[in-house]
Amino acid sequence: MKRRQFSTAAVAAAAAAIAAPAALAQDNVFKIGLILPMTGQQATTGRQIEAAARLYMAQHGDTVAGKKVQLIVKDDTSLPDVTRRIAQELVVNDKVNVLAGFGITPSALAVAPIATQSKTPMVVMAAATSSITLASPYVVRTSFTLPQASVALADWAPKNGIKTVVTLVSDYGPGLDAEKFFKDRLLFNGGQVPETLRVPMRSPDFAPFLQKVRDIKPDALFVFVPSGAGAAVMKQFLERGMDKAGIKLIGTGDVTDDDQLNDMGDGALGVVTSHHYSAFHPSAANKKFVAEFSKANKGLRPNFMAAGGYDGMRVIYEAAKASKGQGGDALLAGMKGQIFESPRGPMFIDAQTRDVVHNIYLRKVEKKDGQLWNVEFDVIKDVKDPGKAR
Amino acid sequence: MKAQDALLGASRMKAWELALWLALLASPLALPTHALIINEIAIVALFAISLDLILGYSGIVSLGHAAFFGLGGYAAGLLAKHISPDPLTGLLLAAVVSALAGALMSLTVLRGNDLTRLMVTLGFALILYELANKLDWLTGGADGLQGVTMGPLLGRFEFDLFGRTAALYSLTVLLLVFLVLRRVVHSPYGATLMAIRDNRLRAMSIGIPVASRLASVYTLAAGIAGMAGALLTQTTGFASLDLFDIHRSADVMLMLVIGGTGWLYGGIFGAAVFKVMQDVLSNITPQYWTFWLGLFLVVLVMVGRERLVRPRSWFARGKTQEAR
Amino acid sequence: MLTILFDGIAYGMLLFILAVGLSVTMGLMNFINLAHGAFAMVGGYITVLLMQRLGLPFLLCLPAAFLGAALIGALLERTLYRPLYHRPHLDQVLFSIGLVFMAIASVDYFIGSTQQILQLPDWLKGRTELGSGAWQLGMGHYRLFIIAVCLALTVVLQFILSRTRFGSRLRASVDDQRVAAGLGINVNQVFLSTFAVGSGLAGLGGALGAEVLGLDPNFPLKFMVYFLIVVAVGGTSSISGPLLAALLLGIADVAGKYYIPKLGAFIVYTLMIVILVWRPQGLFVRQGGK
Repeated sequence: MKRRQFSTAAVAAAAAAIAAPAALAQDNVFKIGLILPMTGQQATTGRQIEAAARLYMAQHGDTVAGKKVQLIVKDDTSLPDVTRRIAQELVVNDKVNVLAGFGITPSALAVAPIATQSKTPMVVMAAATSSITLASPYVVRTSFTLPQASVALADWAPKNGIKTVVTLVSDYGPGLDAEKFFKDRLLFNGGQVPETLRVPMRSPDFAPFLQKVRDIKPDALFVFVPSGAGAAVMKQFLERGMDKAGIKLIGTGDVTDDDQLNDMGDGALGVVTSHHYSAFHPSAANKKFVAEFSKANKGLRPNFMAAGGYDGMRVIYEAAKASKGQGGDALLAGMKGQIFESPRGPMFIDAQTRDVVHNIYLRKVEKKDGQLWNVEFDVIKDVKDPGKAR
Repeated sequence: MKAQDALLGASRMKAWELALWLALLASPLALPTHALIINEIAIVALFAISLDLILGYSGIVSLGHAAFFGLGGYAAGLLAKHISPDPLTGLLLAAVVSALAGALMSLTVLRGNDLTRLMVTLGFALILYELANKLDWLTGGADGLQGVTMGPLLGRFEFDLFGRTAALYSLTVLLLVFLVLRRVVHSPYGATLMAIRDNRLRAMSIGIPVASRLASVYTLAAGIAGMAGALLTQTTGFASLDLFDIHRSADVMLMLVIGGTGWLYGGIFGAAVFKVMQDVLSNITPQYWTFWLGLFLVVLVMVGRERLVRPRSWFARGKTQEAR
Repeated sequence: MLTILFDGIAYGMLLFILAVGLSVTMGLMNFINLAHGAFAMVGGYITVLLMQRLGLPFLLCLPAAFLGAALIGALLERTLYRPLYHRPHLDQVLFSIGLVFMAIASVDYFIGSTQQILQLPDWLKGRTELGSGAWQLGMGHYRLFIIAVCLALTVVLQFILSRTRFGSRLRASVDDQRVAAGLGINVNQVFLSTFAVGSGLAGLGGALGAEVLGLDPNFPLKFMVYFLIVVAVGGTSSISGPLLAALLLGIADVAGKYYIPKLGAFIVYTLMIVILVWRPQGLFVRQGGK
């Protein structure tokens, strides 16, 4: 009996503890709600973006349009319903002016209705499926889309002696996008895709899939895996002697993620990828970005996620200046149509689709000064998201 | 007379319980800024109660209860998207679908030891996860089921951005199910369940039909878990693959174990403690809050689970008796 | 086809080494230790750190991984696990999950959450191909190495279990703890050493597996399911049970993903459920054993 009486008291006490006074609305604070996966499988995404966001604030000051900028970082553990609850709380309780982050597609899609309902712009800094910007008129993206990267590669490959390609992608949204757009474009360019393989997200071992590719003997293997799994694919590719069997490895830049590239070893040399950002991009803006990012984060190299976060902050800051610190529709209007020089190169936010338009570079892994970098050798300018045309 | 009173009294609502439930139902109105987390707590509490039915009262160890949670969630979502946005119909359908699945799966949990049951239930949840991923034309795959817009509850109450309607909805369903289950566990049926849990062989020998009892309680628990899943889909407006994920089953088991198995309030209490702690900790350290949660669990077990609810024993020396 | 068989065997042997410690401790101490994967992770990280920071050769890191994980296991057994032996299984589950969370967060804090990449020595990086066409057997040298090490360990374990005094004490304690204690066997010591060796093996498995399975702080949770599958199907009363179960699962997984990639993920789980429904006590149960 006593146990039960106590539990009543405990529940009541817990309720009282939660009932902290609601935060007073402060008119001179511009709040950014940054929702990222800080723990779990996508934790590196969260780290990179948070670091990049804080770097931007450190470089450009924490005041905009006369208001103090407050960055509220929350961990959504990559669970869409948690993302949604956090977003709802940020909008309703903290009264943020803008939502940002979103490490995976389901998280972004889950929050879209809230953005619409509350008229809060949301800046997608990581998720890469085409359909996200269609989910709400308040979605603005600064990351990239898989179709952008895949199509570029499917244009490049046939011009460079690669006619038959087997695709190997992780079995989830961005992976399916990559597979579809690469295959369609390659077929359009006269190539062939004998097999499309999908690897379960949880799969610890790529061996059987790679063996299958080996047995088919295409000119090249096109790979898309989420950032972090690229090293495993690379290693097993080499282990299976596929390079010696004459099969080239091509893929979107997630395979040679800057975060991990240096640790992959010389086996990664010569791998050709297509992506929107390389830490070796030879522009003054990028060199400054990489140097200051490394300095602030114990020598960590920024990757494309960090670029997405950095540019997202830029978009938010400039939009806030344009809307004089207001949120809602004014802030959204300030975001559309922004053209600027990002560490990745020139980019702009398309006013119609609210999606990012940037250059897609073709890069090869090379060793410079003892470190491995994605060195750009070709560029396709101002690539819009092909996924929207459909 | 005394014995009879005691037994009957066990199933009546006591004064403190009445007060507790009134407080819970009033909480979304009294604490409007926390309506969202109250909603989440109510849903998980319902899920935990359904697990308590099979774990605490019948001794079936299951690490895959999320299979029914997810089935209910997707069923409700699909119904809302394609046929009817009425929340209550969705709730009913979800319960029926999950109960059917539970009836089917109950055939497999009757045999074997704890570890076997653990793995079989887990296996089902994992298979359903992969199925939902594969059938992406139906479920939206890894992107999740989009476009679930719920109609107003009972034709009058819209689901608002503040989450008030959602929280009240979930709490009401929780209360109603709780009352029903309370009757069930304090009935002769419930007594046979506990007998099976404590000593299956002996229960069999006094003529209790063990297999059909276990099958029926598993079906019931599955149906309720499905309702919890439906509530989540309806109040958040979408369903995603992680409804089936192993961490959901593991989390709900943790909550139940924290709160105490075998008395229905354990699920509610454990859900509240776990969720609040998770929220508070992840606000303090967004990156490393799992460490503190782990530490809490380790300390909790070392010190003794019952001590959490008996503050006097914090200062007592010597081992406490196991509650069961 | 032979290559797939080879890959499956390598994968299965790796799973076996990782899971055998869990199987023995569950059979011996009746303790559901979900933190087993954390010991594997520790072994993996010890190897990676020794190679990266101190430049030790790979072969030297393997025994270091074993010893490191074994020491930590022995320490934890003596201080934290021992008081919990007679607690209900739910307490043990709660406790070990708490340990896993702490381990994951600590590793994340001190080392970071990126995937750790191991640089194998050159003599392990090659590949040998025998035969041709459909019967071609392609053997990656690293996987050959894994199979060799695991086979050797299996032989040693079986020898210890059946030919040494310690082995018979262990088997006696598994069969009936009370009687064994009554016969003068120091059950506590048996537990301690078994737990230490089991954790050490997990550490070794983690070190070996870092190359094939990847290594990041989420390793324990990702692979816990596979270990549990091996233990559930193989039973906890022998070494050969988990060995055969691991091989079966390894081959089924690899072959399944090769021949029917669309159903790749389902194969393992369905197989497990079918086996467990058909033989609830596990596939290989000794008569009279638990």
